[in-house]
Amino acid sequence: MAALASTESLQLMLQVTGLSMHFPVYKGLMRRQIGEIKAVDDISFHIMRGETLGLVGESGCGKSTAGRALLKLYQPTSGRVELDGTDVTALEGEDLRRIRTDMQMIFQDPQACLNPRMTVGSIIAEPLDEHTRLSRRQKRQKARELLDAVGMNPDYENRYPHEFSGGQRQRIGIARALALEPKFIVCDEPIAALDVSIQAQVVNLLEDLQQQHQLTYLFISHDLSMVRHIADRIAVMYLGKLVELASREQLYQSPQHPYTKALLSAVPEPDPEKEAIRERIILQGDVPSPANPPSGCNFSTRCPIAQEQCMRETPAWRELEGGRYIACHMVQ
Amino acid sequence: MFNYTIRRLLFAIPTLFVISFLIFAILDLAPNDPTGNLPLTIPPEVRENIRISLGLGEPFPIRYLKWCQQFFINEPLNLIEQWFDISIGDSENRLRVQSWATRSPVVDLIVERLPQTLWVLGLSYVIGILIAIPIGVISAYKQYSIFDQIGTFISMVGFSVPTFFTGLVCIVFFSSTLGWFPSIYDTTHEVTDLASFWFQVKQMIMPVMVLALFNASQLSRFMRASMLDNLSQDYVRTARAKGLKERSVLLIHVLRNSLIPVVTVIALGLPQIFAGAIITEQIFRVNGLGQLLIIGIQGADIPLVQTLTFIFAVLIVLFNLIADILYGMLDPRIRYE
Repeated sequence: MAALASTESLQLMLQVTGLSMHFPVYKGLMRRQIGEIKAVDDISFHIMRGETLGLVGESGCGKSTAGRALLKLYQPTSGRVELDGTDVTALEGEDLRRIRTDMQMIFQDPQACLNPRMTVGSIIAEPLDEHTRLSRRQKRQKARELLDAVGMNPDYENRYPHEFSGGQRQRIGIARALALEPKFIVCDEPIAALDVSIQAQVVNLLEDLQQQHQLTYLFISHDLSMVRHIADRIAVMYLGKLVELASREQLYQSPQHPYTKALLSAVPEPDPEKEAIRERIILQGDVPSPANPPSGCNFSTRCPIAQEQCMRETPAWRELEGGRYIACHMVQ
Repeated sequence: MFNYTIRRLLFAIPTLFVISFLIFAILDLAPNDPTGNLPLTIPPEVRENIRISLGLGEPFPIRYLKWCQQFFINEPLNLIEQWFDISIGDSENRLRVQSWATRSPVVDLIVERLPQTLWVLGLSYVIGILIAIPIGVISAYKQYSIFDQIGTFISMVGFSVPTFFTGLVCIVFFSSTLGWFPSIYDTTHEVTDLASFWFQVKQMIMPVMVLALFNASQLSRFMRASMLDNLSQDYVRTARAKGLKERSVLLIHVLRNSLIPVVTVIALGLPQIFAGAIITEQIFRVNGLGQLLIIGIQGADIPLVQTLTFIFAVLIVLFNLIADILYGMLDPRIRYE
């Protein structure tokens, strides 16, 4: 039993328990706190080493906030994030800076996330200044290697970010994230701002790098087909909460949660004959405000199968057979 | 960049000619009379002779062209002669731009007055910048903190209360009541030893601080806004995610990017150092360029006012160009061709 536990902890890369990120809302003359936006509300999951967990959900459901809170770019309201056995949420100051070498993020907007006044070489080498004791030449060499690794000409190191296209800039962002040789990378919609023709290149690059460096990814996206391509397991998020988490095959073949079903039914079918007879679940109403979520299940206001119990009780996040997790009263 | 600068300088030439003509025309249209300050007992014929001797008998275009000749040809030649100690052509009879009131060349008057203005205004500008940048940085970094609220209040006061009011309040309080500083700036004072240096410091404190407060309140608002703009940018989050020290994030990433627009504003404000703060100089009796201009306007000393105003115009055009070039140097996204 003890041996089993130790091998399991070797395998486990990230363990998130009850993570919440609530933003206070201030209003009025004295700026009193009048409420809070529950951007992420009590989510729990784990990611194994070398695995890619996809995190999907519609805009504004808290995916990016969850990713940032995981890396402690925000101070989470509550919960625990263990990266390779270390509790990240408890770290402060110097210890936090040091663990940043293990966890990195690839940001959504490649345009805005690079300092416009720094050359590409210095953007990539900057983390090395802070965290390593390499000489100037070694750092330069490393920056050139990283540019090469993401498929760019190393001679571009002296250029500025604005001289590149969106796809190239995203590659620079990836090279920057890789500079410290992290174990875990949060990819926050890395392809959302890119052309469709470039998306596949970047995703393939991410996959290649994962194999070469044994990386673990949390891949945040709203693009269901792309997530299906890259992720091993997929978590579905709605209004700050996880509603379902299952392996890729399970989730796409037999979605259990009514929200997942509705979400997947929105993906168009490439075959026009199948597309014509495809049944779409169209949800009624709008997503409620995270500042004022409904009582009971967050999805109860729009759920086609909601019962009276759903309006009253918040469904527990429970494990079904086959490593599948769900939060729904109606699924047995 | 070089070609751009040359092109801008070439474009500045017609602009400046138009400006000089406009200034001349406006001054000519103004209902002032250089003999107006003379005693009323002087008969009208004598007044008329005085006007003619000043060159006012000539028609307007001739007077303008003569001023142009004096300012653009004779004065530069005179400067070259003085610098290199040579004589070019008939330098004895070459007519310089002369002040009607003092009968001395205007350029000499300006050279005489410039040091006072540069010292007082330059120092107030530098001190203003030194105060404004840290205040702007801290109040943006700790937005809505007590420090920010107090800073906002003080800059609102400093910005909205005019210098002629703060100056007078300072004189009443620090000179009359407390007797700490002299209320009049003594330009003839020479610094020879520690005691005279201390006196110089004491007489400079009030004019410098009044102007510094005014400059600082404008600039600190600007700095704060620019910092806030950049603090919320994605690349700042990237810098934090890199695991940089908060200090490096703030100073390397945020501050450097925020300074770009602020440096431009500072460069654009520099001509006013030369132009002098007319009102402040008047209140503290600093006889700098601002005061010279006021005296010139009061005495209808048209060559003096014309020349001074035109020099300010040249400085404004020049510093506009400098601000543009600085922007191009600081921001790699901007390239001039």
